[in-house]
Formats: sequence, C-alpha cells, structure tokens
Amino acid sequence: MRHLVSVLVQDNPGVLQRISGLIARRGFNIESLAVGRTHQEGLSRISLVVSGDDAVLEQVEKQLNRLIEVIKVTDHSEPHVERELALVKVSIAGMEERLEIKDIAEAFRARIVDVAKKSIIFELTGDSHKITTFVEAMRPYGLLEVMRSGAVGMSRGEQVLKVREKKAV
Amino acid sequence: MNGAAAILKALEKQGVDIIFGHPGGTIMPTYDALYDSPIRHVLVRHEQGGVHAATAYARTSGRVGVCMATSGPGALNLVTGLQDALMDSTPVVALTGNVPQALIGTDAFQEADVVGITQPVTKHNIQVRNVNDIPRVIAEAFYIASTGRPGPVLIDFPKDVQQAEFGGTFDVEVDLPGYKPTFKGHPRQIERALEALQKAEKPILMVGGGAQNAASEIIAFAEKSGIPVIPTLMGLGAFPGTHPQCLGMPGMHGSVAANRGIHHADTILAIGLRFDDRVTGKVSRFAPNAHTIIHVDIDPAEIGKLVKTAIPVVGDAKWVAAEMTKGAQKLSIAKWWGQLEEWKSKHPFAWKPKPHLQSQEVIQAFWEATQGKAVVTSGVGQHQMFAAQFYKFDAPRSWINSGGLGTMGVGLPFAIGAALARPNETVIDFDGDGSFQMTLQELATLKKHNLNVKIVILNNGFLGMVRQWQDLFHAKRYSEVYLADSNPDFAKLAEAYGIKGITLTDKTKLHETVKEVLSHPGPVLLEARVYHEEGVFPMIPSGGAAEDMIIENPRETVAG
Repeated sequence: MRHLVSVLVQDNPGVLQRISGLIARRGFNIESLAVGRTHQEGLSRISLVVSGDDAVLEQVEKQLNRLIEVIKVTDHSEPHVERELALVKVSIAGMEERLEIKDIAEAFRARIVDVAKKSIIFELTGDSHKITTFVEAMRPYGLLEVMRSGAVGMSRGEQVLKVREKKAV
Repeated sequence: MNGAAAILKALEKQGVDIIFGHPGGTIMPTYDALYDSPIRHVLVRHEQGGVHAATAYARTSGRVGVCMATSGPGALNLVTGLQDALMDSTPVVALTGNVPQALIGTDAFQEADVVGITQPVTKHNIQVRNVNDIPRVIAEAFYIASTGRPGPVLIDFPKDVQQAEFGGTFDVEVDLPGYKPTFKGHPRQIERALEALQKAEKPILMVGGGAQNAASEIIAFAEKSGIPVIPTLMGLGAFPGTHPQCLGMPGMHGSVAANRGIHHADTILAIGLRFDDRVTGKVSRFAPNAHTIIHVDIDPAEIGKLVKTAIPVVGDAKWVAAEMTKGAQKLSIAKWWGQLEEWKSKHPFAWKPKPHLQSQEVIQAFWEATQGKAVVTSGVGQHQMFAAQFYKFDAPRSWINSGGLGTMGVGLPFAIGAALARPNETVIDFDGDGSFQMTLQELATLKKHNLNVKIVILNNGFLGMVRQWQDLFHAKRYSEVYLADSNPDFAKLAEAYGIKGITLTDKTKLHETVKEVLSHPGPVLLEARVYHEEGVFPMIPSGGAAEDMIIENPRETVAG
C-alpha cells in the first residue's frame, strides 16, 4: 500500500539527514521525499511517500515521532490534495510528430517552458500516477531528461498540520 | 568567562559531580576550565572506558552519566558505548570537542563528522555553534537523556565555541515542541489491563530494564495480585530473584519455568521491555497461547513493533504499576501456580559437578558470601549468562550488563562507574578472559581511584560462548576461539598495575579464596581457572522457540 505522510520538523541543520538516515536504517521503503519551508519561521515540512502495510506505516510514524526535531507526523489517509512537479525534456531532432506530442501535452495540461532546436521541456503537475503516465507517453518520442520533485500533499478542509499552541504556565 | 567555563557551570547546574573522560587537542579549553571546577574528573585510559563507566554510573545511581572526549579519534571511541547506552536505554550525556568552525569540513587534523557518525547511536545529538547557546543546549541534553525512554545525547563543541567569550544567561527554559513524553498511562487502558488479568487463567508478568525504577511498585502489584513474575536479563533485580513468585529470567538461556510459563500463558503483562529476539526466540512462535498481551512502555514505538499487542499502555513503568496496584485483586490461579511450581522445582538452574573448578560454583559462592548484596557487572558471553543465572539479584540497579548490544569488555569500566556511584558497596565484575582483555587498560583507572571492585575472571581459555555454538552447531570446528595458549598471567598483570592478584585453580579452596577476595580492601583481581568446555544451559537455539529448549548439555548426557 502506498501512503503519503507529512512531517512537520524544526528546521535545524542536519534534520533531513536524521530523517533519511532513520528511514534507511529501519529498512522502510520510500518512493519519494520532498522538503520545503513553511509559512512559520523555523519550521519545514516534509512529504514522504512510503510503501508498506499498516504495521509498517505505524512504525514509520512512531519512529519519526521519536526524533526530537519532529513536531508532528500525519498519514494522509483522509481526503487530501497530492501534487508532484515534473520537468520532462523530449528530443525533437528531426521529428515529424511535433504536433502529436503537443496534443499529448495538452491532454495532460503540460506547459512548454523551453524550446530549443533539438529539444523541448515540458512542465507538468499532478499526482504521481499522472506524471508517470505522461513520461511513458513521451518515451517513444525520445526522452532526454526527467526530473520529478516527489509528491507533496495536504489534507482537504480544516485539518491542518501545526505546532500545538503553547500551554500557559 | 569563556565557553568552556560556561560548559562546566551549566553541568554543575544540572547536578553533575563526576565526568569520565580523556583530554586531547580540541577539548583542551574545557580541560583547562575543569582545573578550577568543583566537578570531579576520572581520567580513563581509553574513551570507550569513559562512556561505559558513565553508563554504569547512570544505571547504578539513577542519574545522568557524563563522559567527555576530544574530536576525531577520541569521539569515535565513544561510538560503541553510545550504542550500548542507546540499546539499554541509559541516560548518558557525552561531550566532545571538535575542530574550530573555520576548519570544519576541511579534513583538519583530528577532524571527523562526529554529529553525523553518532546520529544513529544517540537519542539525540547536536553541535553548538554559538557560545551563548551552551546553557540551553546542555539543559536540553540532560532533559532529553533522562526523561521519556532514557538514552544517550552527544553535544559537540567546536574549539572556538569553547574559547569564545560567553555573554548569555544560565537562566534557561527547556522548550522542545517535538518532544513531549507521555508519563501517565491512560486510565481506561489500565482498567482494561486489570480486567484482562482478572479473566486470565494463566497470567504472567514480565518486567524489563524499564522497570528498574519501579521495583517497589512491581513488588506491591505482584504480591497483591499473586501473579507469577519473570524479570528479563535487563529486568533482573526489578523484582527480587529470591522472591517465591519469581520464575527466573526468560529467553535463550532462561529458566525452564520462565520459558514454559510464557509458552503456556494466556495473558502476558509486559512492563518496560521490548521483546528482544534473545527473549522471544522466533517471534512468530513466541507465546502462542497468549490471546492477550498487555504492553506497558514509555516509548510508543516499542508497542506493536514485534508482538501483537491487545492492550497498549503508554506511560512510565513506576506510575502505571502504582496505578495498577490500586485496582489489583487477588487472582485465582492456584492450578496455574501448581504447574509453574513443578517446573520451577524440577528444573532449577543447575550444573553437573566436575573435578574442575566451575564458573557456576564460583558465582554461587560469591552470591552466598555477599548475601546477594553486591553490585554486579559482567562482560559478554558465558560468564554473563552464568552470573545472570546464579547470582540472584534482589535489589534494582544492582546488575549492570550489556543486554542489547552485547558489548564484550564492558565489565571493568562498568564496575568503575558503579563503584564511583555507590562507593560504600562491594562491586563484583564477573568477567571472561576474552571480554576482560578488550578494556583491561582501565586497571590503571581502578588503581588510581582505589575502588572497591573485585574482578573475577572466569578463565576457561576460550571465547566460551562462540565455542559453545561451534560445539553445538558447527560440528565442534573450533575456529579462532582458543585463547589459553596466549592468555597472560592475569594475577601478575594485576600486580603490574599495583592491584592485588590471586589465582585459583583448586576447587576445594573456592570458599576461602572468595573470603580472601572480599575481605581485602580496595581492588582485587581473581583469576579463576575454570573448566574449559562448560556450556550454558538451558538453551533455546537462535531462531527457535520455547519448545526447542535444550535443558541439559547434550554432550554431557551422551558422555554420561
């Protein structure tokens, strides 16, 4: 089973190494990891795509929670938005099917962000499955480079991942 | 005041009275400040000895143990000891020097990525980059090390941070938004646990290292409910070994009563333990008749990690045991007790007497002579298992061994740390000839502080536990386990350090020698030359289950 997990962390030096080290050490399988700052100073958010059954997922969450700099972990089993960004460079050298790939790109709502003599770069967002499908659709035409960001996600509605309010002492 | 002086002042504020360490280039500013500090420093001869001594100091005192080392090789020598403390959940704070920040990442002299390297072997680690952060970071380190599931924390101080002028405050508050250990168990879960026990026909209480601070609460609960108790290797002493409700330790070299008890139990209450493979054997065959496992642990990640848990209780062992005692009722389990008593009396830990001196009788003799009141440490191997089997620990924090990591060589540095924490008690290090030689340089530390440590080397001339496995599972192909042809004369070695050394070979002189060792003030090394092919039994072969238990040495049964 594929799970998207969000992790809110203190943005200290080495925190990414701590998390990736833990995942490697405990033998968890991850498909992707994406990280970026949040709107709150000193806090970063990590999205992990983990594969495994419920017991594995439970251990992933519990082990991540043991890290001092991990503030909160959530598994997006509830309705959520998931997006991944991809840049896909396709060869167009001597190509006669230019219109064809443009049609495919349009169907996937991929944007052309660079055109050169022999190549073209598409930018595309969507869930991981959509991106994989697009990449496969482009393969026959000559893939030159593919860069995927890894999935990022967020729960729909009011549920938010945030630091607990500090209790008044 | 510079950063180094601030480090020592912050340590003082944490109540630190002793540091085990070894100086070197990048930690020199702190050693300079130590010169004026009231904190006592114990100079070990190898940093590994320092971290092990700090570990034993922590485990025997219930306080945080502190060790210190220089950058690079000094810090790296701590790695084994940190993992040892991590696996046996021991609060240790390790302080290391590092090269000045301007040199970090340049492959400078004695530079190593200590924070990177020690990340997997610590509960937490951090490098201080601003001198004014020193009091806060030290306060956080002690808080993290000693609360929740205890563990080691390493703080790395670049040399320039130690030298910089301190302009901060010591009035600091610990605020860690990502670290809020659960202390009180959930009342409804505790209620459910009590209900499950009340319904049980064959209940068992297992207690582990996490229950070492909960001994009186465990005894109260056990006596009120009448439940049979099994302390694990790390839990020995958390429930008295001579108590009539004690079945002995479980696992690979555990008692027949304990292993069969777990095998047949329908309900298991486990407090402060983590179902290590040396306890469970093959985990899919562990406790096959237990429909209900109640697991009390302060670390939620341990619950459900290996065994299926019906009733999880996240909380402190002492707090939960006290709460459970309030609601406990006498269990009606006379029939179950009848069965357990039979196994217990039919298969106590025992040995077949031989004309040679034997490890088991040496340990038993020390147990009798000290009336079970010594603090005992051990190395790792057969002698460790014999000590666990034949020294009946009645008090908590009195048995210090390397359970999780199985670190050979811990016996002597553990004994040093224990003797400094408990200066008025006798400390016995039951060691092996193999284990002892891994850290014997600490004889110098022992001599220097003239500690009341009795080293008892059970010399069988072999790496005995490996030899035992080779005997049983590798057709007696004794590959690289023979030590006797190159072992030193251990008594002479002790004498070379100015420590009294005694050699015992004659079985008939055992009791008078034990008396001699114990009555001599200060450190003594006794080399007991024991039977060379002894095996530790009972034994559940690695990957086996309780039903696969070998109760007596099959070689000896055949030989008659």
